[in-house]
Amino acid sequence: MSIVEHRDRGPLDRNELAAEVARAIPSGSYVNLGIGQPTRVADHLAATSGVVLHTENGMLGMGPRATGSEIDPDLTNAGKIPVTELPGCSYFHHADSFAMMRGGHLDVCVLGAFQVSVTGDLANWHTGEADAIPAVGGAMDLAIGAKSVFVMMNLFDRAGRPKLVPECTYPLTGLRCVDRVYTDYATLYLDANGPAVVATFGIGVAELSQRLGFALHPHTPSKMGERP
Amino acid sequence: MVTIAETADDAVSVIRDGDTVLIGGFGMAGQPLALIDALRRHGSRELTVVNNNAGNGDGGLAALLAAGQVRRIVCSFPRQHDSWVFDDLYRRGQIELEVVPQGNLAERIRAAGAGIGAFYTPTGVGTRLADGKETRVIDGREHLLEFALAADVALIAAHRGDRVGNLIYRKTARNFGPIMATAARHTIAQVDQVVEPGDIDPECVVTQGIYVQTMVCTLSDCEAARP
Repeated sequence: MSIVEHRDRGPLDRNELAAEVARAIPSGSYVNLGIGQPTRVADHLAATSGVVLHTENGMLGMGPRATGSEIDPDLTNAGKIPVTELPGCSYFHHADSFAMMRGGHLDVCVLGAFQVSVTGDLANWHTGEADAIPAVGGAMDLAIGAKSVFVMMNLFDRAGRPKLVPECTYPLTGLRCVDRVYTDYATLYLDANGPAVVATFGIGVAELSQRLGFALHPHTPSKMGERP
Repeated sequence: MVTIAETADDAVSVIRDGDTVLIGGFGMAGQPLALIDALRRHGSRELTVVNNNAGNGDGGLAALLAAGQVRRIVCSFPRQHDSWVFDDLYRRGQIELEVVPQGNLAERIRAAGAGIGAFYTPTGVGTRLADGKETRVIDGREHLLEFALAADVALIAAHRGDRVGNLIYRKTARNFGPIMATAARHTIAQVDQVVEPGDIDPECVVTQGIYVQTMVCTLSDCEAARP
């Protein structure tokens, strides 16, 4: 067993979760952080990490959020929030930006999710409700583009239902595309044998398995990052 | 050869009812507001508009939608916190929507400008946006056939243009401008500054003058714009 159970504490809060994801990003990686919660990961990347952030609206080397006189309406991230330049940054048009993504040049992307299946299917763009206005943005491109796709989310929704599921019920964003799932209660890698637990927070593996309703197996380091 | 128009209203006078119009911008960055406002005054109707979004707030593209001039919108991300104009039209069934993954939207525009009829892409495979699309397994991976998205007119915003139509952009306001310029029969660029040929370093030109039919300087203090 190589699972680290952190039972002497509660589940991770949002910042701790963002820090956990940031720690998992190899130094020197080219990374795209999705809109919303994944954006927080940037706050936890060490300046010395050498991580280069990509934003799909056409920039590599994106810096922190702009404040005060730094705000420039021509310089925003994909969430349309004003950001800054870092030395060595570059700009490009949208087709090049998505070619960079689809072409497999990005090392990691971090996305939020409504649901992830144990085989790595991702649902994060549509609630499926009849009156919901569909808006996909770059989610489908991101899901299939990066070399590694990390999802960060709460493991259970507000009603207590698991968001890591045997099969997604929400409309899919991509098939078998998620490699790792970082959540408040556990970090899991989705390998060929199903969900492998790396660490738990505020819960033991047995109880976690019971709440999720399916079996979990310990992560085997040699299979790290293997796609199902 | 590029024509330098006196006003944005003159620049958009080529647009006709029923045209497909590519409109640059990602949210407000790179949105050609002066040209969109001129198109609203020009009054063309039954338009198909291609943009990443479906309007923000009450100005620009949102105002064009509110004026009832747009029959159909092709975009990747219509729903935003300030997209109430579109949301209302859509819920009342008064506008058609085609949602396209952002990378497919960009590549469909690029393909149109490059003379490519269609292309296979893995984006969207296995999703409801793949419904009815031709698929093909290439190197063991399923791909979808996506068709080029050509247009009658493109409205784009650039930072600086020279008198032969070469353009450069500013920061992330570049976004869809360079590809949209290539994909329309008639591209209209609003710029902040018009300069003489040679004033833009040839190594730095992003959109070449061959793609631009009309240019107009839309900054109020832009004396250099007057032809």
